[in-house]
Amino acid sequence: MKIIVCVKQVPDTSGKVAVNPDGTLNRASMAAITNPDDLNAVEAALVLKEQTGAEVIVVSMGPPPAEGMLREVMARGVDRAILVSAREFGGSDTYATSQILAAAIDKIGVDKDDIVMCGRQAIDGDTAQVGPQIAEKLGLPQVSYAAEIVKEGDTITVKRMLEDGYMTIKVKTPCLITCIKELNTPRYMSVGGIYECWSKPYEIFDYNTLKDHPFIDKDTIGLSGSPTNILTSFTPPQKGAGMMLEGADKATCDKLAGILAAKHMI
Amino acid sequence: MDFHLTKEQEMVRKMYREFAETEVKPLAEEIDEEERFPMETVEKMAKLGMMGIYFPKEYGGAGGDVLSYAMCVEELAKVCGTTAVIVSAHTSLCCAPIFEHGTEEQKKKYLPDLLSGKKIGAFGLTEPNAGTDASGQQTTAVLEGDHYVLNGSKCFITNGTVAETFVVFAMTDKKLGNHGISAFIVEKSFPGFSVGKHEKKMGIRGSSTCDLIFEDCIVPKENLLGQEGKGFKIAMMTLDGGRIGIAAQALGLGEGAINEAVKYTQERVQFKKRLSQFQNTQFQLADMHTRMQAAQYLVYAAAMKKQNHENYSMDAAMAKLFAAESASDVTRRAVQLFGGYGYTREYPVERMMRDAKITEIYEGTSEVQRMVISSHLGVK
Repeated sequence: MKIIVCVKQVPDTSGKVAVNPDGTLNRASMAAITNPDDLNAVEAALVLKEQTGAEVIVVSMGPPPAEGMLREVMARGVDRAILVSAREFGGSDTYATSQILAAAIDKIGVDKDDIVMCGRQAIDGDTAQVGPQIAEKLGLPQVSYAAEIVKEGDTITVKRMLEDGYMTIKVKTPCLITCIKELNTPRYMSVGGIYECWSKPYEIFDYNTLKDHPFIDKDTIGLSGSPTNILTSFTPPQKGAGMMLEGADKATCDKLAGILAAKHMI
Repeated sequence: MDFHLTKEQEMVRKMYREFAETEVKPLAEEIDEEERFPMETVEKMAKLGMMGIYFPKEYGGAGGDVLSYAMCVEELAKVCGTTAVIVSAHTSLCCAPIFEHGTEEQKKKYLPDLLSGKKIGAFGLTEPNAGTDASGQQTTAVLEGDHYVLNGSKCFITNGTVAETFVVFAMTDKKLGNHGISAFIVEKSFPGFSVGKHEKKMGIRGSSTCDLIFEDCIVPKENLLGQEGKGFKIAMMTLDGGRIGIAAQALGLGEGAINEAVKYTQERVQFKKRLSQFQNTQFQLADMHTRMQAAQYLVYAAAMKKQNHENYSMDAAMAKLFAAESASDVTRRAVQLFGGYGYTREYPVERMMRDAKITEIYEGTSEVQRMVISSHLGVK
């Protein structure tokens, strides 16, 4: 059994977001981190590895310095990593990216009892499109927004977290699951893991590795093959801080009712 | 000397820093206030290999190096002096002497549980009348058949109440002075062993510090560590290594206080200016940082020498002397920059100042470090 996890190196948007004059993100001036939701996917894979002995493989598309991120993920317990990296792939939008990643995953091979996992979305683009598009390309059933994953035999029960409730779905392997932060708390790298990760298997899939795959067509990969045109990038406005009322007594309830009434919500 | 960190060292530092900020810092004030040993943190550190950083994997260690251990203590101390000394005493004073002087059987028996953090270790050398003068040991060990019988007491033992494995020193032949001291591995469960009163301390208040009492304590003969009569040498060698840990603790405390002071002086406004805009603040912080940077070089140099199996005794003494005195000075200056708020428990710098003081005292006072350094210079 294999679990293939897609991870992405993203600029750290928790600090100051730098934007180029043309509206695109100034990635060079921002620290690079592993996309937070992807770490939830890695953690979920590692938990399944502990339960089943599965091999966990991470795949990322990006420039060569992304190796550092992949080694860090291996220091958490991932068995091997593949970086998909080529000039031909640069500038890909989500459509092109998912084609390339699907080709890479197909090359690794998705067998009957395998699982592909992704984070829900990357914090730089916030599209949540790549995971589902990979599933479509590979013809895999997909379950998005996983907040709980339980595997029994070849059946996986996933609790999907939606804005207004939960949805529980059963799916058979092979399948693709996208993970959200409520799923788990990613583990730290361990000291032993850090000293081991540099000798774990690390491969680069370049253009030549994937060029003969049916998904790889010069017209549908890279910047020129991407149907998306970015008009502008912006930081979404911060939501206002919420107000917490604690207590189950009448005074608290009255206070809550008063606030809601003042806002004409009740 | 090359101070470039290896890619592994860069990564472990990043991990320690994240761990310290997320898991250790939020507890620092509480464990100080309540004088509570943070067992939950030790369990988390154990899972990450932080209780056996520089020991080989074959004994359950993490397979790291001495500098990555020093950096761990440093990063922990930036936010919590207590947590830092728990790791330091366990690693340098218990795991290290067993690893360096133990027989293969002893290493196989004791190291896996210690290095995996399943058990905590401690070191018993100091006695009420044998502090800086460690040769004045009054605890005795008498060989009777297949075991030694230990009688006496130890004091100020870090990790004492929580440890299950102790490296303890006792006189096997009083006539021989230093050469009559021997080292033993003592388990908490040995008959005649008990833990005495818990000290109430000025700083590192979450750490456990207590007396150890030996009343006809039965220690199997095979638990003699090293040869009979070689205990004093083992103690001194162990303390050489321990000094790297305490120097790293002092280093972290000073750096942590600077981090707090930089943040605070950029927020606090007096005379319609941020404190950071006053030249006094700028010069103070520049001096503080320079001292701690110099301390870091000394600490890292000593750690790298130990890693490379070079003689590092003088380096460790210089690192501890300078880092400890710098930490005391820097944390005191940080409190001064905070003014009245710095004196309150609302801000962490007063805790850091209290924690820093002990680094000038334990595992060899600053005066002892000067004795060690001058003896290496041949000054008698």
